[in-house]
Amino acid sequence: MNGYQFYWSIVWDSLPLLLAGAWVTIQITILAFIIGTLIAMPMAVARQQGEGWAYRFSTLWVELSRNTPAVFQLYLFYFGLGAFHINIPSYAAVLISVSFNNAGYMTEIFRGGLAAIPRQQLSASRSLGMTSPQSFIHVIFPQMFKVIFLAYVTQGIWGMLNTSLGMLVGLQELSGATQYAQSASFRTFEFFLVTALIYYLIAKGLQFSSQLAFRLMYRS
Amino acid sequence: MIRISKVQKAFGSVVVLKGIDLTIEKGELVCLIGASGSGKSTLLQCINGLEPIQGGEILVDGISVHDPKTDINKLRRKLGIVFQQYNAFPHLTALENVALAPRVVAKRSRAVARALAQKHLEHVGLGDKGDSLPSQLSGGQQQRLAIARALAMEPSYMLFDEVTSALDPELVGEVLETMRLLRSEGMTMVVVTHDINFARESADRVAFLCQGEVCEIGTAKEVIDNPRNEQTQKFLRRENRKPLEIVRSSVA
Ligand SMILES: Nc1ncnc2c1ncn2[C@@H]1O[C@H](COP(=O)(O)OP(=O)(O)OP(=O)(O)O)[C@@H](O)[C@H]1O
Ligand SMILES: [Mg+2]
Repeated sequence: MNGYQFYWSIVWDSLPLLLAGAWVTIQITILAFIIGTLIAMPMAVARQQGEGWAYRFSTLWVELSRNTPAVFQLYLFYFGLGAFHINIPSYAAVLISVSFNNAGYMTEIFRGGLAAIPRQQLSASRSLGMTSPQSFIHVIFPQMFKVIFLAYVTQGIWGMLNTSLGMLVGLQELSGATQYAQSASFRTFEFFLVTALIYYLIAKGLQFSSQLAFRLMYRS
Repeated sequence: MIRISKVQKAFGSVVVLKGIDLTIEKGELVCLIGASGSGKSTLLQCINGLEPIQGGEILVDGISVHDPKTDINKLRRKLGIVFQQYNAFPHLTALENVALAPRVVAKRSRAVARALAQKHLEHVGLGDKGDSLPSQLSGGQQQRLAIARALAMEPSYMLFDEVTSALDPELVGEVLETMRLLRSEGMTMVVVTHDINFARESADRVAFLCQGEVCEIGTAKEVIDNPRNEQTQKFLRRENRKPLEIVRSSVA
C-alpha cells in the first residue's frame, strides 16, 4: 500500500495562526450578519410595498446580490472601487461584500415572513398610536423573525462560508491564514482538513447560540 | 365630540361613503347598523385615520383627523378601536399586549406601564391572565384583552367594530358585559353591531347606514321599533328573521 502519510505536527505548530484567522472569520461573519439584517429589514418592507423608489432600489439590490457570483461582488468592492482610487482594506472589502450579499438574500427571506403576518396586526398597532417604525419594531418584526428563523440562520452561516473568499484578496481570515500556512509546508490536505473542521465548529456554534437565543426570546 | 361632515370615501372606483353626516356627543353610545358592505367598518377606520378620505371632514375634539398637519399618532390616543378579529399580538403575553403602547407611545416606564396594564386587565376581568399568551385564551378573553389594550391608552372614545361577530355564541355575553360596564362608566362609544338587541337596550342613538349615507338616525325606540325609512324597515325585517332561519335550517 502506497498510502498518504499524515503529518499533523506541522498543522499543530500553525494552530495559533489558524485560530487568529478563525477569529477574523467570526468577526466578519457576525458583523455582516448584523449589517445585513439591519439593511434587509427596511428593504423587505419596501419590497412589500411594490412601488416607489425604495421598492425599485431594494429590488435592484436583491437582483444583483442574488444573481451574480459572490466572488464578483467582492472584486467589485475591492478592485472596482480601487479603479476610482477608492482603496479600502481587504478586511473592509470582505465585510462590505458579505454584508451586501447577506442583505439581498435576507430581504427576500424577510419578505416571505412579512407576507405571513396578517395585515390587521399593523392596523391594530397603528390604531394604538404607534408610528409605522414603532409598529414594525415592536409588533411586526418580532413575529416575522419567528416565522423565518431557520432560513435566516442558514443565511448567516452561508455568509460565514462566503468570508472564505477573503483568501483571494489577501485577507488572513481562516482560509487566508490556512493558505498562507500550508504554502510553506505543502501539507495542503492536513491543513484544509483541520480548517474545514474549524469552519464546521463555528457553524455549529452559530446555529446553537441562535437556537438558544430563539428559545429565550419566544419562550418555546 | 366627534363631528363627521360630508365624508366621502372610495376604494378605487367603488364609492363606499357618499357623504356621511354624524355627530357623536361626549358620553353617548351610538350604534351603527346596516347591511353587510354598507361601509360601517370603513367609517370607523376613517374616524381614527386608518383610512384616508376623499372629501368632507372628521373632527375629534375639534381636531381634523385627515389634516396632514395633524399629529395623527397623538390623536389616535384619544380613539380606542376594537376589531372583529381580535388582533392580539401573538408574541406577547396578555400583560405585555396591554403594556406595549403605554410604554412605547405614552413613554411610561416599564414598571408604570405594567401596573397600568394589570389595572386594565382586571377591569375587563382578566386579572389572573397576565402571563398567558393570546393562543392560550378563548375568543371572548382575547376580545376583552383587545378592549383592555385600547383602554390602556386612556382614550376619550371607543370604537367597536362587530366585536362579537367572530365569537362562539356562549362567549358573546362576557364581551357585551364588558361593553355595558364601560357604558356605565360614561365612556363615549361608537358601536358597529348586528346585535339588534344590544342596540335596543344600550344605545342612546342608532344610525342606519345604507347606500353610503346615514339613512335614518334617532333613539333606539325610533329607529328600531318604529323605523320610518323603507330601507331600515327592510333591513330590520331581514335581521329579525335570522334567528328563525337558523332554527329552521337546524331542524331541516
Ligand atoms: N381595503 C379595501 N379595498 C377595496 N374595497 C374595500 C376595502 N375595504 C372595504 N372595501 C369595500 O367597501 C365596502 C364597504 O365595506 P365595509 O367593510 O366598510 O362594510 P361593512 O358595512 O363593515 O360590512 P360588514 O357588515 O360585512 O362588516 C364593501 O363593498 C367592501 O368590499
Ligand atoms: Mg365590517
